[in-house]
Amino acid sequence: MATETTGHEAAGACVDAGGSAIGMPQLCADWIPNQVFWLIITLVVIYFVLSRIALPRIASVLAERQGAITNDISAAEELKRQAEEAETAYQKALADARAEAQAIGEKTRTEIKAQLDEATQEADARIAAKAAESEKAIAEIRDSAAQNVEIVAKETAEAILAALGHQADKSAIDSAVDNRLKG
Amino acid sequence: MATEMEAAQGADAAAHGGEAGGLVFHPMDQFIVKPLFGHGEVGLFTITNVTLWMLIAILGIVAMMVLGTSRRAVIPSRAQSVAELVYGFIYKMVEDVTGKEGLRYFPYIITLFLFIVFANFLGLIPMSFTVTSHFAVTVVLALAVFVGVTALGFIKNGKSFLSLFWVSSAPLALRPILAVIEVISYFVRPVSHSIRLAGNLMAGHAVIKVFAGFAALAVVSPLSIVAITAMYGLEVMVALIQAYVFTILTCVYLKDALHPHH
Repeated sequence: MATETTGHEAAGACVDAGGSAIGMPQLCADWIPNQVFWLIITLVVIYFVLSRIALPRIASVLAERQGAITNDISAAEELKRQAEEAETAYQKALADARAEAQAIGEKTRTEIKAQLDEATQEADARIAAKAAESEKAIAEIRDSAAQNVEIVAKETAEAILAALGHQADKSAIDSAVDNRLKG
Repeated sequence: MATEMEAAQGADAAAHGGEAGGLVFHPMDQFIVKPLFGHGEVGLFTITNVTLWMLIAILGIVAMMVLGTSRRAVIPSRAQSVAELVYGFIYKMVEDVTGKEGLRYFPYIITLFLFIVFANFLGLIPMSFTVTSHFAVTVVLALAVFVGVTALGFIKNGKSFLSLFWVSSAPLALRPILAVIEVISYFVRPVSHSIRLAGNLMAGHAVIKVFAGFAALAVVSPLSIVAITAMYGLEVMVALIQAYVFTILTCVYLKDALHPHH
């Protein structure tokens, strides 16, 4: 029972003999100074730990990371610019090569055309010469053939008349044949 | 020790009483402040359970914010990203609510936030003591904000800080009435600021204890265990939300001190 008395005394105004709270412990004035005292100590400790150590450290880490990200982005932009430059140069080289190829092609084509024209002209001239020559020969042949036809016709006519028993005058026959040939 | 033994006997008695049909609840016993060593009076410097759980909160904050960031890695570890997340969260809150000039007070505000968050979550450990469930604690926190912000308002703005109470956008006839209302609401701020936090935590913890008392009855014990689980989930949310609310209200009050003109 002695212990109970001590317990009762220790409990004070806010705790009953059974160790249970009397009313709301939140309203027990006996405990307020103690709570306030330790709260102030705690807040001061937390404030100094945070403001002296933790917050500057985190701020510097965040700033460093931001710096690293900014650097990386600018490096990436630089690389992108270089790649774009390389692409432009490549495109330019490609266009140049294409233009040169076209120029060479054009030049070759013109040369070939000139040669071809020349050869064509030459061939045309030759063909014309040959044609004129041939025409001449043909005309000659035609003329001689016409004379031959006349001669043959006259001779044939004479022969036919002879065969029929007529002695015809040679000049009459000739004129008759000539007349017929003309007619 | 005797008190503890008696407390145990009391609990036993309560349990037996429960089986007998007469349930005995002590939902407020968890809020009792008691000395850690011996069982004397709780004096100003006595090392009590308050001291213990505040110390654990300090250790938790040091572990998270100091040890977690000790490697200062550009690519953060998990612990470091948690610390950075909290830093960024509060930093952005202060910047968004109070503007650039409020960032000078960022260390004070993150101190409040971390203390409340850690105290709230440590209070959720079974058999622990929730320091933020006591008005003594939250009133000091709220008064520190109130006094600090009011002093800051007068230092920064001089007499023009009083224009906070003089609603220049209202009709002239209404302004004196509005001024009275504004002054009253200004002085109610620390009351609501502190009671909101302690009240929420006290109520939640007490309700869990009441459900736990019902668990002594075999018939309702499954239901009471489900209810405890649900309440615990709610309390986890409340622990974070109340810390957030306290912090953002601090930012809002700070904004009023820095820019008192409506």
